[in-house]
Amino acid sequence: MSSALSERPGSAPPELPGSAPAEPPRSPARRPGRLSGVAGWVVLVIAAVGVLFPVYYAVVGSVMGPGDLASYPPALFPHSLHLENLRDVFTVIPLGRQYLNSVLQAGLITLSQLVTSVLAAYAFAFLPLRWRAGIFGIFLATLMVPWESIILPNYLLISSWGLANTLPGLVLPFLVNAFGVFLLRQSFLQFPRELHDAARVDGCGHLRFLWRILLPLQKPALAAVAVYVFLSAWNQYFWPLLITSTPTMQTLQIGITQLSNAEAADPGLILAGVVLSVLPTLALVIFGQRFIVRGLIAGSSR
Amino acid sequence: MSTIATTASPEPPTSRVPTKGTDLVRTARRRREPFIAWIFLAPSLIGLGLFVFYPLVRSVYLSVHGNDIFGGAGAFVGGRNYTQMLSSPDFRNVLVNTLLFTLMTVVPGVLGALTVVLLLETRIRATRAFRTAFAIPLAFSAASASVVFAVLYNPAIGVANGILGQLGIDRVGWLTDPSIALISVSITTVWMQFGYGVLVLAAGVGGISPEIFEAARLDGAKGWRLARSITIPLLGPQLFFLVVVSTIQALQSFGQIHILTKGGPDGATTTLVYSIYQQAFAFGSSNFGLASAQAMVLMLIVLACTALQFGVLERKVHYS
Repeated sequence: MSSALSERPGSAPPELPGSAPAEPPRSPARRPGRLSGVAGWVVLVIAAVGVLFPVYYAVVGSVMGPGDLASYPPALFPHSLHLENLRDVFTVIPLGRQYLNSVLQAGLITLSQLVTSVLAAYAFAFLPLRWRAGIFGIFLATLMVPWESIILPNYLLISSWGLANTLPGLVLPFLVNAFGVFLLRQSFLQFPRELHDAARVDGCGHLRFLWRILLPLQKPALAAVAVYVFLSAWNQYFWPLLITSTPTMQTLQIGITQLSNAEAADPGLILAGVVLSVLPTLALVIFGQRFIVRGLIAGSSR
Repeated sequence: MSTIATTASPEPPTSRVPTKGTDLVRTARRRREPFIAWIFLAPSLIGLGLFVFYPLVRSVYLSVHGNDIFGGAGAFVGGRNYTQMLSSPDFRNVLVNTLLFTLMTVVPGVLGALTVVLLLETRIRATRAFRTAFAIPLAFSAASASVVFAVLYNPAIGVANGILGQLGIDRVGWLTDPSIALISVSITTVWMQFGYGVLVLAAGVGGISPEIFEAARLDGAKGWRLARSITIPLLGPQLFFLVVVSTIQALQSFGQIHILTKGGPDGATTTLVYSIYQQAFAFGSSNFGLASAQAMVLMLIVLACTALQFGVLERKVHYS
């Protein structure tokens, strides 16, 4: 496990990354000769093994029986398959219901942020607006506020509306976010202004222009926003922890931690819960990688 | 409206001299457009107002008020929550933990990602598989990652101690030893965020013009020298971005601490965010005033990081 870190120069002083020798094994060799080439591969493989080991262990452990999981030294391969873990976990916690909660929560947040961001980005990119820079500045400013610093007043607000432990309470504070507005506006501005004017002159209404002309051309940007928003909503922990109180209202993220809090927690069941909860995001990461890259690094280049 | 417009349509869009008919239509439309703009902005503005700006104001309000046992705001107390916070040794401990946690996640995370990306750069054929491998932890939430690591860290049956045992090293109380617990939480955090760094830096390398590499190679630069004098300097903006974003993420980390250690043992992993949570919600304390004062500190630190980022990036844009 610590192998993930051992090969990294983690003990290096906290200086700027650019000035630190990041590749100690390679520095003696001037050209990528045989040795430094091999050393590079070794570092890469060790890093990959360190990164993938917890994933591997979660998957393997989810079908391990108590015998394997409690053995010493720890078993790294299952000696017998216990697929019933993946079934039994549904009886320990209401996992099916929590799955539904998570799908609804992340789905509603994603849908709402897409719609509201498209509208706002369109206004910023194409419509005449007084104080445009100022209003856009206000949107940007909200991105700088760490959610954790305003979570308490949000909790008080949602609770005062009687929405604690309800689906609306779970999603309301996240239905709108400036991140999507920021990213989509950037993308909309690439659209040729003349085409917009021409469509307008042709009598094309704003909504029709959006739906028929602009959005079909913006699929990559929309996908980037959707993937990013869905991932972060699905993975939320702090807010669902605060606002939900009964197992049937909790999301998956809270559910799987309840598994490990339970008396006489069975690691096989815990890991089965984790594996089931990670499947949708795993699919997104593997198949939607290019959109993730685009969403995650928006802003890193310029 | 639309019928008039269609009859006037065959005009080339780029023309700067519109005919009289379209001119009228345009003027009429233009008058309505600012109104439409506000309608389009309204959902976002309402949402941000209710769930960002109003809570911001209320945070400030709560931080200068006492509170009753139900967490309602009590009498105005001025800066008392702040002086109480700043004079408490617990809070100093919290700030130290936050700083250590930030260093222990940002430095190894960024250097590790840089190492991997530099090594991948010369191994084109393997890049895709490795990049996917490093991206997989991104699918794990703070909760799922922490639950897995809690199993690995288990003192009796965990693999972490199992491996140490095989190496002849004594068992470690990964989450129960006050001098180790913060490191254990940091390892989990680095694992979760490592793939993000790889993606950002790899995208940065992909954005460097191949001609630059070609020219450098013709000049005989290879391996570490190529990395040091070409790749790393050109990755400057991405490295800087990664450091700032990782720092902000570290400052906001909550799930892994709550699941793995609950801030313990003996406050050893209580960071600023976790302290806010404890003051407001843990042990039925409901000390919303003190929690809000700490939330203000968190916000100021994160704002400073973001301002730094925007300031420097702004200069970079003018530079290129």
